[in-house]
Amino acid sequence: MGFDQYHEPPEELPPATRTFARLCASLTEEAEAIGWYEQRIAVETDPEALAVMRDAQGEEFKHFSMDLEFLLRRAPAWREIAHGVLFQTGDIVEHGEEAEAETLEAGGADETAEDGSLGIRSLKGARR
Amino acid sequence: MNHLLRSLAPISDTGWKLLDEEARERLTPALAARRLVDFSGPHGWEHSATNLGRTTPLASAPCDGVSGVQRRVLPLIEIRADFELSRTELRDADRGAEDADLEPLDKAAHQIAVAENKAVFHGWHGAMTGIEEATPHSPIPLGDTPDDYPRPVAAAIERLLGLGVSGPYGLALGGEQYRQVAEGAEHGGYPLLDHLRKILEGPIVWAPGVGGALVLSLRGGDFLFESGQDISLGYDNHDGDVVRLYLQESFSFRVATPEAAVMLSA
Repeated sequence: MGFDQYHEPPEELPPATRTFARLCASLTEEAEAIGWYEQRIAVETDPEALAVMRDAQGEEFKHFSMDLEFLLRRAPAWREIAHGVLFQTGDIVEHGEEAEAETLEAGGADETAEDGSLGIRSLKGARR
Repeated sequence: MNHLLRSLAPISDTGWKLLDEEARERLTPALAARRLVDFSGPHGWEHSATNLGRTTPLASAPCDGVSGVQRRVLPLIEIRADFELSRTELRDADRGAEDADLEPLDKAAHQIAVAENKAVFHGWHGAMTGIEEATPHSPIPLGDTPDDYPRPVAAAIERLLGLGVSGPYGLALGGEQYRQVAEGAEHGGYPLLDHLRKILEGPIVWAPGVGGALVLSLRGGDFLFESGQDISLGYDNHDGDVVRLYLQESFSFRVATPEAAVMLSA
């Protein structure tokens, strides 16, 4: 089995970064699965098979959303930009440009965790 | 704004970033317990107690025909280290000074780390039972020199194995013991640190505040640290010269498997 989610030697990465990379890989896989089900549903004609695949795709929506929320909680700048883009009406690109500019021009989101803490958490397995 | 009241402080965004980074840098190497025990949370500032799943029978009931029990919980404790910083130093940092005097913050960070380590490893009278208090094992003497350490560490592991407590194992070394080991003594041709790591199959951790040393299993489920508010920098008040801040956290700690650790006495 490969460890393709790591772009750098895993032993040099802190545990939090390895976890982040795993969830990024998981997010990608869920997005792929959503796309595959979308294609299968588009060509399937058996109503029972369609119902099963729609249910399965719903599971992938849930998994993707949970992965995304996890990642946004760990990446304040990403979360701040996503706030400006997701669930808005209007021009998506325009919202994206504005959110990016607001976040980055402000010097990036505060690195403190969402609860205002320093975000240290567990250090089990961390290097000194 | 949350209870830390950070936005009320006369500190710029750049200043807060500097202080947060400095605090993280100082805390991370010294928080030994978090390198060795299970960590749950953070569950937030409002989280006040850990569920123990236990009850205490109640002697009486409101009426005939019923009985009652009371749930037992482990209350979280709060620790806080206050300090003050010169506003002149913070203004200079905003101008780009690389050498701002943040020593009071560094000292507070060390105090918080020492308090957390001591509470987990040795206990906090009246508030928390630490590993040393909980373990049924009698302490094993560490020996007079670092070169003696492999023998008691191996003896501790043998004791744990004998009770079915599997590894890997971690070793927390008090500040003085760690310094001596790190000074590079050799054992059988191996630097001592490497030799100990081979015996443990796990990490050796610098544990300021700990007296002596401790060998414990890292298999999980034995030592449980529950974080309410993880370590945070908050604002208290200020005047024209200084700003008064604090480092604070809330947590509980409990030992689920007392026999999964052995103290090594200095």
